[in-house]
Amino acid sequence: MNNEVIYGINGPVITVKNSKAFSMSEMVYIGNDRLIGEVIKLNTHETVIQSYEETGGLSPGEPVVGTGSAMSALLGPGIIGNIFDGIQRPLKKIQEVSGSFVPKGCLVNFLDDDKEWNVEITAKIDQILTEGQIYAICKETESIEHKFMIPIGVNGRVIEVRPSGSYKINDVVLRLETAGGIEDITLCQKWPIRIPRKIAKRLPIDIPLITGQRVIDSIFPIAKGGSAVLPGGFGAGKTMTQHQFAKWCDADIIVYVGCGERGNEMTQVLEEFSDLIDPKTGRPMSERTIFIANTSNMPVAAREASIYTGITLAEYYRDMGYDVAMMADSTSRWAEALREISGRLEEMPAEEGFPAYLVSRLSEFYERAGRSLNLSGSTGSITIIGAVSPQGADFSEPVTQNTKRFTRCFWALDKNLAYARHYPAVNWNMSYSEYFADLDPWFIKNVGPDFPKFRKQIIEILHEEERLMEIVKLVGEDVLPDDQKLSIETAKLIRFGFLQQNAFHKEDTFVPLLKQQEMMRIIVYLYEKVKNLITASIPIIKVIESGIFSDLTKMKYEVPNNNLKKINEYITRIDKQIERLIS
Amino acid sequence: MILRYSGLTEIRGSLIAVQNVRDVVYDEVVEIYLDNDTIRHGRVTQIEGDKAIIQVFEGTRFISLSNTQVRFTGKPMELALAPDILGRVFSGAGVPVDGLGELAAEKYMDVNGLPINPVSRVYPQNYICTGISSIDALITLIRGQKLPIFSSSGLKHSELAVQIVKQAKITGNEEINFAVVFAAMGVKNDVASYFQKEFRNSGVLEKVVMFLNLSNDPVIERILTPRVALTAAEYLAFDLGYHVLVIMTDMTSYAEALREFSSSKGEIPGRKGYPGYLYSDFSSIYERAGMIKNHTGSVTQIPILTMPGDDITHPIPDLTGYITEGQIVLSRNLERQGIYPAIDILPSLSRLMKDGIGEKFTREDHAILADQLFASYARVQEVRSLASVIGEDDLNENDKLYIKFGSYFEKYFINQAPTENRTIEDTLNLGWKILSILPMSELSRAKSEILEKYYVKDKELLNFEPDSELFS
Repeated sequence: MNNEVIYGINGPVITVKNSKAFSMSEMVYIGNDRLIGEVIKLNTHETVIQSYEETGGLSPGEPVVGTGSAMSALLGPGIIGNIFDGIQRPLKKIQEVSGSFVPKGCLVNFLDDDKEWNVEITAKIDQILTEGQIYAICKETESIEHKFMIPIGVNGRVIEVRPSGSYKINDVVLRLETAGGIEDITLCQKWPIRIPRKIAKRLPIDIPLITGQRVIDSIFPIAKGGSAVLPGGFGAGKTMTQHQFAKWCDADIIVYVGCGERGNEMTQVLEEFSDLIDPKTGRPMSERTIFIANTSNMPVAAREASIYTGITLAEYYRDMGYDVAMMADSTSRWAEALREISGRLEEMPAEEGFPAYLVSRLSEFYERAGRSLNLSGSTGSITIIGAVSPQGADFSEPVTQNTKRFTRCFWALDKNLAYARHYPAVNWNMSYSEYFADLDPWFIKNVGPDFPKFRKQIIEILHEEERLMEIVKLVGEDVLPDDQKLSIETAKLIRFGFLQQNAFHKEDTFVPLLKQQEMMRIIVYLYEKVKNLITASIPIIKVIESGIFSDLTKMKYEVPNNNLKKINEYITRIDKQIERLIS
Repeated sequence: MILRYSGLTEIRGSLIAVQNVRDVVYDEVVEIYLDNDTIRHGRVTQIEGDKAIIQVFEGTRFISLSNTQVRFTGKPMELALAPDILGRVFSGAGVPVDGLGELAAEKYMDVNGLPINPVSRVYPQNYICTGISSIDALITLIRGQKLPIFSSSGLKHSELAVQIVKQAKITGNEEINFAVVFAAMGVKNDVASYFQKEFRNSGVLEKVVMFLNLSNDPVIERILTPRVALTAAEYLAFDLGYHVLVIMTDMTSYAEALREFSSSKGEIPGRKGYPGYLYSDFSSIYERAGMIKNHTGSVTQIPILTMPGDDITHPIPDLTGYITEGQIVLSRNLERQGIYPAIDILPSLSRLMKDGIGEKFTREDHAILADQLFASYARVQEVRSLASVIGEDDLNENDKLYIKFGSYFEKYFINQAPTENRTIEDTLNLGWKILSILPMSELSRAKSEILEKYYVKDKELLNFEPDSELFS
């Protein structure tokens, strides 16, 4: 093809001198081992390439070969349930080829091209098909139906069509006559990972993504198609919280990107997800999950790419009409990869050594979330939940601050809550959700008319407590008047009995919205009742001694998710206690 | 092809540059011959056309532009390995320094290692009983984990590491093939000999491999030391089936060596002058821990680092904490009160603990006890800060009990002798006993059945003082 050779090597950065053979973002093979790389800078003197693999062992003079296309993901059946590295190489396949360690220059097919899929072809001869239209379907897993779509940019008339049956991903099943000639359509297609896939139009986001986590669903909800940031220092429980979302949220498909994180944690996710059963379908969770595992010791450039690979796969399934949720753990590692490569290029750094384009990259990425009408006529959504690991747990650092600008939910994880083993350690005073107005009509219609009202009251009590704690810290709780003591006592109940949620408890790990609402109702009910007692001059200490507050903290465990009626027993108990106190 | 290149074009810090070279391989090892017949070693760190930049491990002192010849070996940095490395002492670059001669190598391995495929890992679940209450109950160490000790100068991290090595028992019935790899980076001579002496006294010396780069040894060699040590550990674990405990001290010196190298290379510095790739570099070390499918051995890491200025948000502890599976944090405050080990349990954490404890591994109540101790001790901190404002006398009765609980917890639970080896049963019972100082209604974390079973209702049983021989 061409005679371009390596000139310089510096870590993952390779330079080629005086070449005009490459284009920006083109994928290249580097050296005799054919390491995968991408062109990131071009001028007449030199071409700069970042290598997705370790460069040890390369020598100047070895060939660099362009592929003519940008870094792309291969889209087709076999993605779900698979585990890829940052550039979509299946890790199981790598294990088969080269054992327990990941070597360099391991060229494996992104998707299994030997596997036969039982495909039902829906296109008819002479039919006019446009880009994004569905021409065939197959069962990818028991719970997910794969819909094959005409590649974007292709429109034409069907001139040849194969019957339904067993095909491999590279088999031609359809021929289209297009303005530019005859197009062969196979069961897979490529898409450049850095470019968003095309949609028909954006739709308003007004349906919540239900996670079963009380502090999220009830207090700081997120919409399907929305985006959220989850910042927290180490040990604050980011990964644990992400796992909970991935397990329980009501999206059809989960894309879990472990970006520069721990190997053992990835293994845990992989093991756990094959054992867990999806409550909606009764099938293993792994049948609706796509894993991307680029652990921290895997090459840094592939870490940078892993986020884009993940979102591209998510978009492909959104285009089929699914609700997809993508968890990225952690986007700080992605930003650091950007910084590392930028440093090697000797670019002028902006804030804290991060390149100036960090902000635009972040906004581009988060804008790929959304709910849309697809080219195939279906609707789908992508929700992005990005974890951020701020240096020294300092939320004023650039990645947290800039991510905050482009997302609408901020779930701040608090070290002090984690120290006290209050999980999920979402700090209720620092966090927020901007989706209330979009989602409240849905909550009112589908959960109950009082849902937003209860939330508001709960938030008010918590804020009141925060204010009072300032005083308590100075003079102790005993000097407060009874009505303020009530706020503190109720806030305690909210914290222990409502916000704290036990991921390892069978009933508590996932809580349906109705139970969340009923729990809020009971707490507010008790608050109002005791408030009346206080106006009737009954001392609050009597109420506390009656044990009714600590009794309610147990309701999260004692009311089964499938028998909400049991929660009314608490109303009876509250009434009884109150009556006893009045008399 | 043994070509020697004469003459250098540049010397800067620990780096030298050679011009007009051919067929240089990135990351290969080079030998540098000085005209007084000494040989130094280096590694190619950058190539620009026919110019190679070499990092010299032993430093560039006395190297001149003309008195030097450079030979490229074409091979990456490799470590000679054989089963007899056990019991031997090596330099920080893997050269024997114990006077017992060269090793008859059975195998050479690239010291940089390769990332373990996440699919091939086994999720670590077997706990290691260290006999230290605070660790076993609250920061449980798991086989295959990387659990660093965050310490500061003047604290007893070395003593703690030695106690862990001496007492570490791995549960499970299989015949225990236990080995220790010890890597010293920039530590003082007496620290290294302290470890050596303690290993000898406890009779594990023939199971220990030592890699020593002491504070007066070449700084750049320090960058190799953890890699060399972990290569030996991986060999012992995955080739020979040992359960290897790797102690690396002090990671702060390692990071400083990396900073020195980076700045002499003229790289753009990140936070506090450390290179922007510190995270990736750390993870290439810490991630070399774990267990692999179809292999019996395991690598467990206990890196020790001193926090500059006792600051846990300093980039070294900060980035370490993001990679390792938890941390054991030592506190100067507890140290001053004479408590050993001075473990501050609130910021300490073991991420793998939750799946390695409980009925199958330790006891049914372990997780609940740990949660409750953390929660109650966190409350103690709040009460203490209140007491410092209004005085202890003005606290309400409950809060007074918290103060009592806090000091008993520190004095009897965390505190133990460096030779005291407590069983997990003792540790858990002791935990319940101390928790029982608090009224039952304060223990909101515990399920009622568990509380009924373990809570000590008879307060008469709670006098700790007469039992003091048990805790001394």
